[in-house]
Amino acid sequence: MSAPPSTRGLRWFKALTGEEGLVPGAPRTVRVADARIGGDLARCIAVVADAANRFPRARAGELGIDEAWTLAQQVRRTLAEPTAGPPRPLLAIVDVSSQAYGRREELLGIHLACAAAVDAYASARLAGHPLIALLVGKAMSGGLLAHGYQANRILALDAAAVQVHAMSQEAAARITRRTVEELGELGERIVPMAYDIRSFARLGLLWRLIEGVNAEAPAAADVERVRTALAEAIADARAAPPDLRQRLQSAEARTLRAASLSVRQRLAAQWDEA
Amino acid sequence: MIALPASFIELTARERARVILDAGSFRELLGPFERLKSPWLPLQEVVAQADDGVVVARGRIAGHRAAVAAIEGAYQGGSIGEVSGAKIAAALELAVRDCERGAPVRMVLLLETGGVRLQEANLGLAAIAEIHAGIVALRRHVPVIGVVAGEVGCFGGMSLAAALCSRLIVTRQARLGMNGPEVIEQEAGIGELDASDAPLVWSLMGGAQRYATGLADALVEDDAAQIAREVRAAFERPPAARTTEVERYRQRLAAIDPQHPPTAEGLRRLWSAEGSR
Repeated sequence: MSAPPSTRGLRWFKALTGEEGLVPGAPRTVRVADARIGGDLARCIAVVADAANRFPRARAGELGIDEAWTLAQQVRRTLAEPTAGPPRPLLAIVDVSSQAYGRREELLGIHLACAAAVDAYASARLAGHPLIALLVGKAMSGGLLAHGYQANRILALDAAAVQVHAMSQEAAARITRRTVEELGELGERIVPMAYDIRSFARLGLLWRLIEGVNAEAPAAADVERVRTALAEAIADARAAPPDLRQRLQSAEARTLRAASLSVRQRLAAQWDEA
Repeated sequence: MIALPASFIELTARERARVILDAGSFRELLGPFERLKSPWLPLQEVVAQADDGVVVARGRIAGHRAAVAAIEGAYQGGSIGEVSGAKIAAALELAVRDCERGAPVRMVLLLETGGVRLQEANLGLAAIAEIHAGIVALRRHVPVIGVVAGEVGCFGGMSLAAALCSRLIVTRQARLGMNGPEVIEQEAGIGELDASDAPLVWSLMGGAQRYATGLADALVEDDAAQIAREVRAAFERPPAARTTEVERYRQRLAAIDPQHPPTAEGLRRLWSAEGSR
């Protein structure tokens, strides 16, 4: 029915940390290890596919209910660690095809599980942990919301398989009764409808698009380039407020998210009675 | 003569916001005359409504400074586009700013939404992430109260917003879930879920089930006056801590075998207030 699950997230996780990142007592789908990034030991977290996932609807790289609660646990564990220096960076390595679609998941409250992951990530950011997302593959819908979209800096590899969207192309085609080709054409005309990472960059939501890196099979030099970009993102995040306002400040955002900015300006002007 | 309760579900988003706020205190911001419409829908031959389906109002709740963001379920399924999402996110951001300045704002979110508006895809998703960030930031200062009344329910990324609220009020008509039944049927097949089987859908994600399993804090009738009273009371009650109760929920899930999942009724026994003690 579909291509085998991506292993790209795991490859980049291993390239940056040098470890498998299996956590005792946690599902194999959430990998956690530290990576030396600049002067920091960054806590890296990846969600990876496991064909033997105990939840059948989360066996192809989807972010399921166990994954979401484990993210919340691991992020909160980092948040609770005593540190001598400034709060350590958290790096979400993103390659998730979607959230898990299933009846068991809904019954057991996958919405709450994903909200718990969001809460943990956002709380870490507000506590001063530089929260960086690195998009190396698909960054889809609820998967991205729960794992990456609370980051104060989002970076992505400039590669064809790196995609951001609210719904997978196949699912969106079925729901909207269009072909995948028609959706592609629509994305060329209407930028927020596009899937490719260069279109996403035009929306101003990315802090940096990392060009010229072999995303599929990174060489040592590729990994070092990414590491350098991550170090710059960490420094930039530390020098700014721990919110998401950077996403509205670029020239790209001022163009294609002009309405988002206009709403904020006009609402602020009317907030208090004249 | 006994007056019948006035339905909340049948009200428009604007009327709902008015009911929640103290009598005479409703003041709409960015109203329809501002003509802040979706810039993206007309490009796809869809008529854009002048408020983009979200009403933001200031006013008072029990005399306290307050704001309401109400989603209009009747417009584009309450979907979150760039403008409608920015209205909610911006209201939350301004409330955070006020709290930091020592002037708390009581925030109520009236959630009636299918989630991201597919015609604005990535900008809807981005706005939802900003709404999440806003709720988490504001909740550190003041309670944020969510209401899911129906008929649309609350789905997609906005179901996470509902779960992030300090307290969540639902009706029996409400549904709360990450994936709408139609999407699950489409993606996983009718064997996974028959979206046309309303009793089954409500048994899984209906307001009564969510309340009985501790995933919502109050179950109310479709009665505008009762919902307004419950919102007032919610600000005085201790906030729910579900999204931070990580070990509790991990233990609960560890006890469940996905090959033999509990029925909806069985989960009520496992996760009811008694079962958790």
